[in-house]
Amino acid sequence: MDLFLQYLITGLTVGSIYALLAVGFVTIYNVTGVLNLAQGEFAMIGALSCVTLVNLGIPIFGAIPLAILITAIIGLAVERLAINPARKATPIVLVVITLGVSIFLKGMGLIIWGTSPKSLPPLVESKSIEFMGAVVNSQSLWILVVLIAHLVVLYWFFEKTFLGSALRASEKNPRAASLMGINTSTMSMIAFTIAAGLGAIAGVMIAPLTDATYEMGFFIGIKGFVAMIFGGMHSIPGAVAGGLLLGVIEAFSGGYISTYYSDALAFGFLLLVLFFRPQGLFTKATGERV
Amino acid sequence: MFKVESLSSRIGKIQILHSLDFHVDKGEIVSIIGANGAGKSTLLNTLAGIYTPVEGKVTLQDDLISGLPAHKIVGKGLCLVPEGRQIFPGHTVKENLTLGIYSKYYKDRKHVEENLERMLELFPGLKKHYHRIGGNLSGGEQQMLAIGRALMSDPKIILLDEPSMGLAPKIVNEILEILVRIKEEMGTMVILVEQNVKAALKVADRAYVMDQGKFIMNGTNEEISSNPEVKSAYLGIKVG
Ligand SMILES: Nc1ncnc2c1ncn2[C@@H]1O[C@H](COP(=O)(O)OP(=O)(O)OP(=O)(O)O)[C@@H](O)[C@H]1O
Ligand SMILES: [Mg+2]
Repeated sequence: MDLFLQYLITGLTVGSIYALLAVGFVTIYNVTGVLNLAQGEFAMIGALSCVTLVNLGIPIFGAIPLAILITAIIGLAVERLAINPARKATPIVLVVITLGVSIFLKGMGLIIWGTSPKSLPPLVESKSIEFMGAVVNSQSLWILVVLIAHLVVLYWFFEKTFLGSALRASEKNPRAASLMGINTSTMSMIAFTIAAGLGAIAGVMIAPLTDATYEMGFFIGIKGFVAMIFGGMHSIPGAVAGGLLLGVIEAFSGGYISTYYSDALAFGFLLLVLFFRPQGLFTKATGERV
Repeated sequence: MFKVESLSSRIGKIQILHSLDFHVDKGEIVSIIGANGAGKSTLLNTLAGIYTPVEGKVTLQDDLISGLPAHKIVGKGLCLVPEGRQIFPGHTVKENLTLGIYSKYYKDRKHVEENLERMLELFPGLKKHYHRIGGNLSGGEQQMLAIGRALMSDPKIILLDEPSMGLAPKIVNEILEILVRIKEEMGTMVILVEQNVKAALKVADRAYVMDQGKFIMNGTNEEISSNPEVKSAYLGIKVG
């Protein structure tokens, strides 16, 4: 039982990191129709620029928002310089453009930060906490709390604010949205900025758990992508649930079977989802958002 | 006044509209009728800025609006209720209506509230669904919502693409009555595209008949409905 709880908390912690990436994927995919392959790179930039800022002597709680801001601005620049000029191109061309952006950003990461892994100092003093019989690292508990807070803010933004409502409308039906007077090109810009910011949060949160390198974007991007597919590609709550589920699957298979197989199991599960529920696990059969 | 001069439009490489001329006067309902594929929706979408015209001029009260993108044209006072309603199904009725006045939301919140109230008065059927999502409304209610959403932006001219599609005659009549009301109470100009020619001619002041991207006939309501060709082709009346 105590191990079960421990794996569950680990799974939810990693899962909420995937969830942030997946929400970024879904937001961009639905507002612009682009599958943004550079999403993982935003996490890399967020993590590494945070490390640099900390090394410059900025306290961690100042460095984190700064790193998120820097990454969000890079996301905005990517949209204006690479995506917006090619807005009329076919979806496949746009995906190839994002692949190019991803390679470019990774190259910049290599030039700026080199190949050696970097790590963030722990966010809080790392100690073990006993919680209902389970031994949990205070660090990962803290990360979980921060991520849940972000997911709540995201929910509030998309469901309760007018800008969030306009973004959702552009996601659902860009043409009808433009007939309301919504500038869908501005919405695309906002989507990239938000997605980059979310990627950066994910990167900053994962950096104290594992090391950050210029290459980390690829793997973490794939995890976010899988989480989005679990959620059905169109739904923000679905993406969140998908991310948490993926994290939990990995933690349990890593804990009870072997960490060697946890990736394989996660991808095996992905194939099952694609075969049997291509519309996602959490959408109703009509394809309506949950 | 709303004026269209030698308007041509194409989708992809195919030219769909061929040099159309027409106008709508203040306080007028003008109907455009024509068979499937005549180009009616293409015309409305071009006027609303979804497609950019390849040639021609569209002016709304001496303001040139052709060539502007769709989201700017709304601000000039032209609003399209698209074919198939296209409400936002996951948004509540209130959210749908509020999106209709997007560009003024941050500038004049009081005006938004006033317009919301006016829409509930115009469409009392929407009141009990106000906080429910639009996707669960009946077809007729969704059409009312789509029209209400368009009216939220205080348009000078409203374009409707087959509002009667799939609706019972009673609901169609209700919608037509509302069009007459907004024309009379607010002086809004109306362009009504319909396959249901009988219904359209009931409320229209004038009508244009479209075939293969051209107007082949136009005239007052009476002229069009008594025309033998229109009678046999669109009203299903045998002319002997
Ligand atoms: N996206 C498109 N791509 C290519 N051709 C199109 C497209 N949309 C419409 N067309 C063509 O343009 C012509 C006019 O279509 P349009 O939809 O304007 O007709 P309509 O009069 O509105 O018909 P309906 O009464 O069936 O709605 C048709 O020949 C149609 O096949
Ligand atoms: Mg049509």
